[in-house]
Amino acid sequence: MSLSAVTSTFKLPDLSRIPTVDEVGINERVARFQSRSIKSASKVEALKLILSMIDLTTLEGQDTPGKVRQLCQKAIHLHDSIPGLPHVAAVCVYPTMVKVAKKALGDRGINIASVATAFPSGQAPLSVKLDDTRMAVAEGANEIDMVISRGEFLAGNYGMVFDEILAIKEACGDAHLKVILETGELGTLDRVRQASELAMHAGADFIKTSTGKIQPAATMQVTLVMLQAIRDYFAATGRMVGMKPAGGIAHSKLAIHYLVMLRETLGNAWMTPQWFRFGASSLANDVLMQIRKQATGVYQSADYFSKD
Amino acid sequence: MATPENKLAFDGGWQYSPAPESTDHVKIKKTYELFIGGEFVAPVQGKYFDTINPATEEKLSKVALASAADVDKAVKAARKAFVGWSRLKPAERGKYIFRIARILQERSREFAVIESLDGGKPIRESRDVDVPLAAAHFFYYAGWADKLEYAFPGRAVKPLGVAGQIIPWNFPLLMAAWKIAPALACGNTVVLKPAETTPLTALKLAEVIADAGLPPGVVNIVTGAGETGAAIVNHPGFDKIAFTGSTDVGRIIQKALAGSNKKYTLELGGKAANIIFADAAIDEAVEGIVNGIFFNQGHVCCAGSRLLVQEPVADAVIRKLRDRMETLIVGDPLDKNTDIGAINSKQQLETIKSYLAIGQEEGSEMFQSSCAVPKRGYWCRPTIFTGVSQSNRVVQEEIFGPVLAIQTFRTFDEALIKANNTPYGLSGGVWTDKGSKIFKMTQSIRAGVVWANTFNKFDPTSPFGGNKESGVGREGGMHGLDAYLKLGG
Amino acid sequence: MANTTKKGAKRLAVAKTYKIFIGGQFPRTESARYYALEDKHGAVIANICRSSRKDFRNAIVAARGAQAGWAKASAYLRGQILYRIAEMLEGRREQFVAELKLQGVAQRTAEKEVDATIDRLVYFAGWADKYQQVFSSVNPVASAHFNFSVLEPTGVVAILAPEKSGLLGLVSNIAPAIVGGNACVALASESKPLCAVSFAEVLHASDVPAGVVNILTGYRSELTGQFASHMDVNAIIYCDGDRQTDRAVQIAAADNIKRVLRRTDIDWSNDSSQHPYLVRDTQEVKTTWHPIGT
Repeated sequence: MSLSAVTSTFKLPDLSRIPTVDEVGINERVARFQSRSIKSASKVEALKLILSMIDLTTLEGQDTPGKVRQLCQKAIHLHDSIPGLPHVAAVCVYPTMVKVAKKALGDRGINIASVATAFPSGQAPLSVKLDDTRMAVAEGANEIDMVISRGEFLAGNYGMVFDEILAIKEACGDAHLKVILETGELGTLDRVRQASELAMHAGADFIKTSTGKIQPAATMQVTLVMLQAIRDYFAATGRMVGMKPAGGIAHSKLAIHYLVMLRETLGNAWMTPQWFRFGASSLANDVLMQIRKQATGVYQSADYFSKD
Repeated sequence: MATPENKLAFDGGWQYSPAPESTDHVKIKKTYELFIGGEFVAPVQGKYFDTINPATEEKLSKVALASAADVDKAVKAARKAFVGWSRLKPAERGKYIFRIARILQERSREFAVIESLDGGKPIRESRDVDVPLAAAHFFYYAGWADKLEYAFPGRAVKPLGVAGQIIPWNFPLLMAAWKIAPALACGNTVVLKPAETTPLTALKLAEVIADAGLPPGVVNIVTGAGETGAAIVNHPGFDKIAFTGSTDVGRIIQKALAGSNKKYTLELGGKAANIIFADAAIDEAVEGIVNGIFFNQGHVCCAGSRLLVQEPVADAVIRKLRDRMETLIVGDPLDKNTDIGAINSKQQLETIKSYLAIGQEEGSEMFQSSCAVPKRGYWCRPTIFTGVSQSNRVVQEEIFGPVLAIQTFRTFDEALIKANNTPYGLSGGVWTDKGSKIFKMTQSIRAGVVWANTFNKFDPTSPFGGNKESGVGREGGMHGLDAYLKLGG
Repeated sequence: MANTTKKGAKRLAVAKTYKIFIGGQFPRTESARYYALEDKHGAVIANICRSSRKDFRNAIVAARGAQAGWAKASAYLRGQILYRIAEMLEGRREQFVAELKLQGVAQRTAEKEVDATIDRLVYFAGWADKYQQVFSSVNPVASAHFNFSVLEPTGVVAILAPEKSGLLGLVSNIAPAIVGGNACVALASESKPLCAVSFAEVLHASDVPAGVVNILTGYRSELTGQFASHMDVNAIIYCDGDRQTDRAVQIAAADNIKRVLRRTDIDWSNDSSQHPYLVRDTQEVKTTWHPIGT
């Protein structure tokens, strides 16, 4: 079902009717995903899929055009000495860097994601957030990663949070909207589940765990709760929503466990960069090292992989 | 409500490559003798039987068949050893048992692999559940050896003497630990008979017991089938009989022991209700259903084999359960990704199959996951029956396989009445977000163990055992000591 | 210090520096003070750290930081770790016997003390997952409530260890405190401190989380007041105090209502000195009420 077909049905859900989450049960389920042993061919396939799902990210106060150009080079040339590698899904930068990224990436099919809406705190008036978003889109961003107003959410002003997402969604135009819940500030898995439902009902194309600026960032537990919310939302509406864990996923093994969790929760339809992303800055190199290791049988050193 | 096109797809796409656990570190002898008086000795009648791998139908080893004469030898060895063992300083007795725990931990992977080879259970379970729990059980009861006076205030405690212990094939090593650890800690000596389809880990445990330096005869292991078990039950030299197995055999044993003054504990069958209320954390409840009935191929006496789900969430629960079943991997027990291994024996597979036929004849709707199963070996896909009623045999009788009967209910009282409407009373499950409902239900279910918002949890510190036809006595925890002690004034 | 002499080739033994144990590390006392431990002939065995109140303060900070995590560890794990301490101690049995002898203990007595210490650790390892079963209760209240009482650790325990029993006495007080999920700071016997420091090394090699046990050496007269008065200490165990200290400790302890546990004239070598009430001494009882209904 297309998004436009359901837009008219966007309605703030009754959060009190949303299923509860049992933390102990979630931990046990996650442990079971982690006990999956991914070897040989399935591992290589997974590693390449992970590369293709990465939103290569730099979100620092010290970012410069030079840094962003180098990051874009990395996005295009992950490791040219290994043939047959995919490119990453997107680069993720601040709105002021979108123009630089667009020029550096050209027309290679790598998306430009921009964090807008007064990232990372979201503590700004809606008008500022809308300008932030429109500017990023105007400069060439085709994906917007917005943050929800956690303070308002925790204070129970759900309507306000909902309306804000709805407004940003409209400001995005054709750009995809990823809604960052900043789960590390929500306190419990029940609240993560509720925020997920709220964001999807407000039109999120993706829901995303974290800004990467708050600890804990993405965890498998939080991601599982969000995947379960996506599954139930899909069952109820037929609309697919994407998922992006971000922050703290630095190693291949962990990323593979996320894929296992994705596969066993949402099934194959979600196993593409269109529906699943990793927000990460250092994951790519670890994946590349593992791919090289699988090919050669020799454990690798970080010295042989470019750090941009 | 979901439309057909909203179905999730779990077939095709990215699949897990085989990830077999290595077996090259595992030593299985061609022949196993009886372990009597600290030595491996040939059976008096010179008879042996084969133990096979139910996943391949290949022979693993040849195992001695103990006759009544062998049981008699074992009883004599145990009686002889009892004198020294029961007089040993309790702290020293404890230290021997600690050693067993430690050696089991050191050799854990070897035990896990053999358990999976001999019994068909997935390595994930033998590695993460059976073996570590067995070691933990020895560790726990080792500590009790010199602390018994604190468990029975005001009473002087004495060991019983020689215990005859008969264990089933579903948790071979773990059941051996459940039986041996408390018996030894309390100062008894034992003669243990593992099940005929799964004797290997008990015999490996005999090696551990020898390596730990236990005095000869404190633990004796005799292998064989029903006749060997009967020889144990009917031997006058035992002071105590401990049995885990079917209710039918339990009944026979209780009758056989009538008038003998022998102490006994029986852990028998079950048909547990797993009750899901509409306010439960549904996704975790679905996981609990899966653990409740598909753990160890459903070869679990306390399995949650009856699902009672409240009507408002019944459709969602069944949909989620079916999706979850599609992700369960059935196959090679030694593959680290296998969720459901081989059915333990041909005979058991036939029993399960007969119930699948009965369920369909009774008019219930059967759903099985679509996964592929290997050609050789004994396999059963995870199965659910919907549209079943209390009067159906698949609801009333213990199937002991990965087969779940699903009923719906409307009110608390209806759930409770259905849950208790069985001759069994081993375990139960309740799922709700409301604490007071949990306590109301745990208070009202007539069962020895009730799990709330979880299922099939075991711990050495936690007593386990059944009400009604599910058995007599408790194993595990402080209450598990009772079965192996005489309480004096 | 003993010279190890090989046949034909003399070599000079490398002497050990005895340091204190705080937060999983072995610093010297921040005060850089020492006292000389002498044998009965007046020869110096070792220079022992004379810990200051700042060392004690640091040790309490380490203990407080470690306590919550340690209490959260499963009872099974705590038991395994105590058992691991016993295993490590068994492996270094000869060293401890030698140190006790250096401090004037006869060979047989020293061997007995080390053996008893190992067995005592095993004894309390066994209690880890049992004391709760023995001392907790379900309380049959008259209303529709499920009511139960469980033990939980009191927190940070300061221990003034027995003077005469340098190893066994120390361990007999540390083990029951930590098996129940407390963290502790212990002041070693002043006249027999060697085994306490070596025991810290055993702890260090036994998977005991840093800060759960901290061991200081020094003058008891100087530190007793600090142990008793520190506001972030929840319980104080003091062994073998005289009547005057007794009173002084209790008065100082009252400022933050410390639990005061006086353990005097106990023969730690006797098995009757080991019992689960030593564990219960540093536990609080917590009762929970929960409704029963639909």
